[in-house]
Amino acid sequence: MAPADPGSGPTGAPPAPEVEPPVDPLVDLTAAPEADIPLVPAGIVAQTMGEYLHATTLRVRSGESGMLPVVLGLVVIVIVFQVISPHHVFLSAGNVVNLFLQSAVFMVLAMAQTFALLLGEIDLSIGFVGPVGAVIAVQLVQPSTTNWPWWAAIIIALAACALIGALQGTLITRLRLPSFIVTLAGLLIFNGVLLIVLAFGPFSGYPSLSGSQPNVRALYNLMWGHISPLQGWIVMAVIVGALSLNLFLRDSRRRRSGLVAPPVGLTYLKILGMAAVGVAIVVVCNLNRAAVGTLEGLPWAIFIVAGVLGAWTFLLQRTRYGRYIYAIGGNPEAARRAGVNVNAIRTWAFVLCAFTAGIAGLLYASYLGGMSNNVNGGQLVLYSVAAAVIGGTSLFGGRGRAAHGVLGGLVIGGIYNGMYLLGLAVQWEFIVTGGVLIAAVTIDALSRRGTVASSTVRF
Amino acid sequence: MAEASAGEVLLRLRGISKRFGAVQALSDVNLDVPAGHVTALCGDNGAGKSVLIKCVAGAHEPDQGHIYWEGRPVRIRSAHDASVLGIETVYQDLALADNLDIVQNMFLGRERLRRHVLDEDAMERAAADTLATLRVTSVRSIRQPVGSLSGGQRQSVAVAKAVMWNSKLVIMDEPTAALGVAQTTQVLDLVRRLKERGLGVLLISHNLNDVFSVADRIAVLHLGRMVLEDNASVLDRQIVVEYMTTGGLNMTTTGPSSGNGAVDHGAG
Repeated sequence: MAPADPGSGPTGAPPAPEVEPPVDPLVDLTAAPEADIPLVPAGIVAQTMGEYLHATTLRVRSGESGMLPVVLGLVVIVIVFQVISPHHVFLSAGNVVNLFLQSAVFMVLAMAQTFALLLGEIDLSIGFVGPVGAVIAVQLVQPSTTNWPWWAAIIIALAACALIGALQGTLITRLRLPSFIVTLAGLLIFNGVLLIVLAFGPFSGYPSLSGSQPNVRALYNLMWGHISPLQGWIVMAVIVGALSLNLFLRDSRRRRSGLVAPPVGLTYLKILGMAAVGVAIVVVCNLNRAAVGTLEGLPWAIFIVAGVLGAWTFLLQRTRYGRYIYAIGGNPEAARRAGVNVNAIRTWAFVLCAFTAGIAGLLYASYLGGMSNNVNGGQLVLYSVAAAVIGGTSLFGGRGRAAHGVLGGLVIGGIYNGMYLLGLAVQWEFIVTGGVLIAAVTIDALSRRGTVASSTVRF
Repeated sequence: MAEASAGEVLLRLRGISKRFGAVQALSDVNLDVPAGHVTALCGDNGAGKSVLIKCVAGAHEPDQGHIYWEGRPVRIRSAHDASVLGIETVYQDLALADNLDIVQNMFLGRERLRRHVLDEDAMERAAADTLATLRVTSVRSIRQPVGSLSGGQRQSVAVAKAVMWNSKLVIMDEPTAALGVAQTTQVLDLVRRLKERGLGVLLISHNLNDVFSVADRIAVLHLGRMVLEDNASVLDRQIVVEYMTTGGLNMTTTGPSSGNGAVDHGAG
């Protein structure tokens, strides 16, 4: 039934109607771009600072406030505690470093939780999955028993966490079980596993990281080790230089080809800002913060947190995998129809979540100088959700970044630290943190409503 | 390239039948969709419009009948098969992720990479080019999230996403159903531009205002049968309504091509 004459339809109706001769497509295509260039609205190629600020204000007002609330919140916390803390000790070098170390576990756990939250899911198990990884590493390096090298212990610990994540992720995606329940069960199960692994060896449940044996020291130094002041300057210069160069080259390339790009001035401002933050961090950390003797230099933990932040920011913003996580969080059906393997992406997100929790667990063990049965995993996981949400990650999926976890972790650490300095008991810390969480989730919900409202108005 | 010579039949359906259990959804349906023209597919609820486009889009496979694409017999078993041929479908729900921006949505599932990293610059340029040729210029920035767009703009983005891949036939399911007057005009203009670029458009619509303002050909399904397929210029609203509701004309002497008498008859 293949037609000999493609021009005539078998129903007898001539397919080319004489009513309206179609415009020659070639003519139209060549004419269209010239005619349209002036019509491209200014927002697409906002080049001046004024236009850019205007576009940003519009974005914030339409509900895409991003990191603005949490940055403002941090500024408020810093000012308040600096003013009211005894002897204005809040911003002293020793306290700032201390605050960072206290926050580091929350920051990394929040970055772990971000993978689940971006999908609109939640992983409640990481409060004990991370510590399970930690206790495995702590047990393996014990000189009196297994005496593994520190790096092998870390690899096994993180692999175990990733495996746990793969198991839970498979249950959630293949059997379509709700992540809330699966990981709630995981929270209980891995609390039990933690206690079992703790009991191994002759440590009566308290394997510790004290001692001078190099493998044990290596784990202990994840949180408490630091590099020399000179090394600090060199490393920071390299990092800031590389980031600035990358930013500058990208922005100028985009400006040259007429793509959406910030104005030149803003690129310089950002580079200046990065340099200022880098210098400030190094200066503060290089001050002697010991009451007796010398304690100075950038702590290793800064590089661990920065490494996780950099890796996951790259993964989420620059790779296809990250793009699919956002797409699934925004509209799983659209992602599925676009040919995305939704189940694989979701399972891997739980793997990455548990893996990152393992890193947080190692920091936690190092902070405590060992592992014991008084790990409060329930509180850890709630703080991970709180930190991510306070930082600006949405509980409803599709919006958030790794950096939100870091900022939210700083807020929680800041409140904790400030309350401690004021001599207020732990109950006040809980109450204030809860209040901040309510504020953050309110901002999230309101901004979602704002987005919807503004689109219906224009509709 | 997308521009086939206007009038060439892109898609030819012959004797398409589809049954779901006891329900005969389509029986012996013939339809021609030429390039460079807008073909409107009308029909009451349950007439089989959705089943028919799903057969072409690869969501269903017909039980009987043949699909010819540019004169060659083809089988379309999946959405992927359809898009390889150059058939893209814009469903009513548009399948856009609100949290992603326009560029990200247009390239979803087909991202361009440079050294394993997303090539945002190339994607943004290509998206801007496509939007410019379709003269979709009312958006503030192609880097704004789709959730902040109006209904007509979202429809435009979904259409631009569909035509981006050298597609030759765009199937649109009720594109104006949820839109206001101004937005509807915007989308119908877009449909005309697709036609000007030489693409075939198969438009499913209830709204006869829209159908008569853009369609070159009109096909009417009634209870799974194709009861009318003719040039829009020889039809009018009354005839189409009558075919949609009753499957034929009540006056026995009038045919679709000479049917002026049916106007006064007013069955709809």
